[in-house]
Amino acid sequence: MTFNEKVFKFKVEVILKKGVLDPQGEAIKQSININSLGNILDVKQGKLFEITASSKNREQAIKEVERICADLLTNSVIEEFTYYEVSE
Amino acid sequence: MIWHKETTLPKVDLVVLPGGFSYGDYLRCGAIAAKSPIMKAVKNFYEIGGFIIGICNGFQILTETKILPGALIPNTNQKFICKDQDLIVANNKTFFTSNFEHNRTISIPIAHHDGQYFLNGPEIEELEQNEGIVLKYRDNPNGSIKDIAGVCSKNKRVIGMMPHPERAVDKELGSVSGLKMFESVISNF
Repeated sequence: MTFNEKVFKFKVEVILKKGVLDPQGEAIKQSININSLGNILDVKQGKLFEITASSKNREQAIKEVERICADLLTNSVIEEFTYYEVSE
Repeated sequence: MIWHKETTLPKVDLVVLPGGFSYGDYLRCGAIAAKSPIMKAVKNFYEIGGFIIGICNGFQILTETKILPGALIPNTNQKFICKDQDLIVANNKTFFTSNFEHNRTISIPIAHHDGQYFLNGPEIEELEQNEGIVLKYRDNPNGSIKDIAGVCSKNKRVIGMMPHPERAVDKELGSVSGLKMFESVISNF
């Protein structure tokens, strides 16, 4: 990190696209219902990433996070992502 | 054997991406290996018409690099499946399957947890039209769409498959169908 850079924190959520089978979500749903924890119609399991970026400005940090999401954190055939900035 | 941190390929006739569990299957199977330095050279090799085979984790790496279409996701039963598997040769016009008759049933072992092939919409239709489906499961073990066990690139020079042909190369191993695949490669050079 250089003197003119700032820290920006983001959370990234990755979830399977509609139509992609989610056997883990299905198993979790069954466990919820079997154990009477609630009457659940659907569960989807996804991933959460916390990313701390060092950039000269917010615009640059957002650009980098978007590229990381598209290039590595998700496979666009099966997944989609959303991200949001969080405070310290 | 070429180390993943290398950036160039030596002069080779065929690149084989073997199975295994690269980077502990973190993130998605093959996702981090797909970003290894050597994969840029493999991608270039594909672009100049090189022959490539990806087996199991190697297949997952080829889909993650977008050299092959689709994605491999967890088996529908959430189990690691390890058994001999009957396959149908859906396309014998590839360098890897040319020694088989069309629609012939062969036996090759599978050993995977994330082997469910997924692709949808116009892309799966395109794959079918381009005769990109090379191998199909006879009794679909993992929920793969259209029973797909192996696919090839548009130029038919890159093949990815979840079953392990290298484990079916001797009668004592139960099958020689895998050997026949490697013999197909040799007879096409």
